[in-house]
Amino acid sequence: MEWKLELILFVLLSVMAVFSAIMMVTRRSPINSAIFLIINFFASAGIYLLLQAQFIAVIQVLVYMGAIMVLVIFVIMLLNLQDESKLSEQFSYKKLTSLLLSVLLFCLLGFSVFFGFSGKFTSISGEAEKLGTAESLGKELVLAYSVPFEIAGLLLLAAVVGAVVLAKKSFD
Amino acid sequence: MLEGYIPIFIIIFISAAFAFLNINLSSLLGPNRPNKEKLSTYESGMEPIGTAHDRFSIKYYMVAVSFIVFDIEVVFLYPWAVSFLNFPKPEMIYSFVIGLIFIVVLAVGLIYEYKKGVLKWD
Amino acid sequence: MPEWLIELLITFAKIAVVHGVLLTAVAYTVYLERRVSAFIQNRIGPNRVGPEGLLQPLADVIKLLMKEDIVPERANRFVHALAPGISIIVALSTIAVVPFGDTIELFGRQIKLQIADVNVGILYIFALLSLGVYGITLSGWASNSKYSLLGGLRSSAQMISYELSMGLSVIGVIIISGTLQLDEIVYAQYGWKWNIILQPVGFIIFLVASFAETNRLPFDLPEAEQELVGGYHTEYSSMKFALFFLAEYAAIIVSSAVIATLYLGGWQFPYLQDFGLPQIVTSILQVLTFSVKVVALVFFFIWIRWTIPRFRYDQLMDLGWKVMLPIALANLLVTALVVLLLK
Repeated sequence: MEWKLELILFVLLSVMAVFSAIMMVTRRSPINSAIFLIINFFASAGIYLLLQAQFIAVIQVLVYMGAIMVLVIFVIMLLNLQDESKLSEQFSYKKLTSLLLSVLLFCLLGFSVFFGFSGKFTSISGEAEKLGTAESLGKELVLAYSVPFEIAGLLLLAAVVGAVVLAKKSFD
Repeated sequence: MLEGYIPIFIIIFISAAFAFLNINLSSLLGPNRPNKEKLSTYESGMEPIGTAHDRFSIKYYMVAVSFIVFDIEVVFLYPWAVSFLNFPKPEMIYSFVIGLIFIVVLAVGLIYEYKKGVLKWD
Repeated sequence: MPEWLIELLITFAKIAVVHGVLLTAVAYTVYLERRVSAFIQNRIGPNRVGPEGLLQPLADVIKLLMKEDIVPERANRFVHALAPGISIIVALSTIAVVPFGDTIELFGRQIKLQIADVNVGILYIFALLSLGVYGITLSGWASNSKYSLLGGLRSSAQMISYELSMGLSVIGVIIISGTLQLDEIVYAQYGWKWNIILQPVGFIIFLVASFAETNRLPFDLPEAEQELVGGYHTEYSSMKFALFFLAEYAAIIVSSAVIATLYLGGWQFPYLQDFGLPQIVTSILQVLTFSVKVVALVFFFIWIRWTIPRFRYDQLMDLGWKVMLPIALANLLVTALVVLLLK
């Protein structure tokens, strides 16, 4: 039963993820694209949950869906591309190159994942459930990864400064 | 672990079904007599001028950027806070110092934003 | 019957009861708001439909259902319909992790009076709360009306600003209870140890942020009927409009439930377990205690709305970023320090 339930959920969530990703890329209107990206993030949160990473799953919703996509929607509203047809440029070599490059990248990732990991991680470790909780993450964060924790803080500080500097021109 | 989350999937599904039903219900039950005046957007009785999809102040954008950064910092603080109580004394002191440094860095970013007038509305 | 099917049926039953109570409560909160505001302004309020106007909410729902559904021709139809849906889904799903009573024994079965007991309870509430922004932002954008857009923009900036203070103020509670699970937090508040006593500053910040998150006066700038007509729902009619209303009042009730759980001891009545009452009486009294706390907070929300005038937008943002955020940070550091010193 347990295994079956996970399989059903996995199929549902991955279909949702792939479908929303395709819809996101093919939509004309940027705001519709953004909505499908939000659905995609939701599906990935569900997949994290299947991997017993409950804290990561909820953070995926909180940060990606609740914060980063809000900014993306703000930017879409701020730019307000009046005429969306302007965006769709004619077929060019530029486009062809980017298409080839993305196919290449996709193959590269696909092959490395397939040959590197296939058959290696077939079951979830018994420790996984305990490791996925906020309590154990916090313990690791403070005891084993305290330096990366502080560096993350500094990185975020750099992000604040960067955003202010970039936007400063518009204030003056 | 997963079983604990099944009710959440169910409740979201039920709420979505409720929302879908209600959004479509009144277009089925209610009258449908559109006219040009009714379908134009409201602008205090005037003819609408231009479209509302216009550019707006960059301050909103700055608020959203600041929000993302501080939101991620708060997210880092949740696991820190949860594990805090259960540490023995020496580890707890260490944990406090780590958290203190992190929060001071956060506060520096906040003070920088105040000084630059990013969060100033007038 | 297999075990998992019984569990599933219990879950459905819990959701049905909780949603039933929540939606009824929403209808009567609207009624209560109208009666209380009338009382405050020395009027009578709705009293014609049914005894004391008690059937008024029902009449309102039927009226709204029979109204014409108008979508402005320049609106983005898909997003216009999606936005109220997001608002109501968020409002109705948040209640899932709030415990409304202790574990009870029914027909020889242990039943937890909480729909979903998950390890990341508080974060689930914040995650859904952060999605609530979309309902308002997208409705403002999709209507293609200037009033709606202004309302939606103001509201999203306001909600994300206060979300930070809210998230930080709760960290104080997390530090002293050492868990993110809401039922554990309620257990930790046994006897007199309610978090409102241990975390007074955090409580005030959380309460103020709740007002901002639910867009209630004095933080109702997204609606601001005197300047923005109706704000983000200007271009909505019939049931779509009603869904925004429903979501707003459901959010008030759910916020009250969350505040009661985090700071007012949840379903705990001080030392009730030690009175030696029969198990079933204790359980009923606990659920009642929780209900009384929620109703009192809902009344407080209404009372504030009809007493305090609205903030100006710059005052609102200043309060969020320059007052509440630093205080919340200081509160969390002081809490950690006190926990450390008492160890």
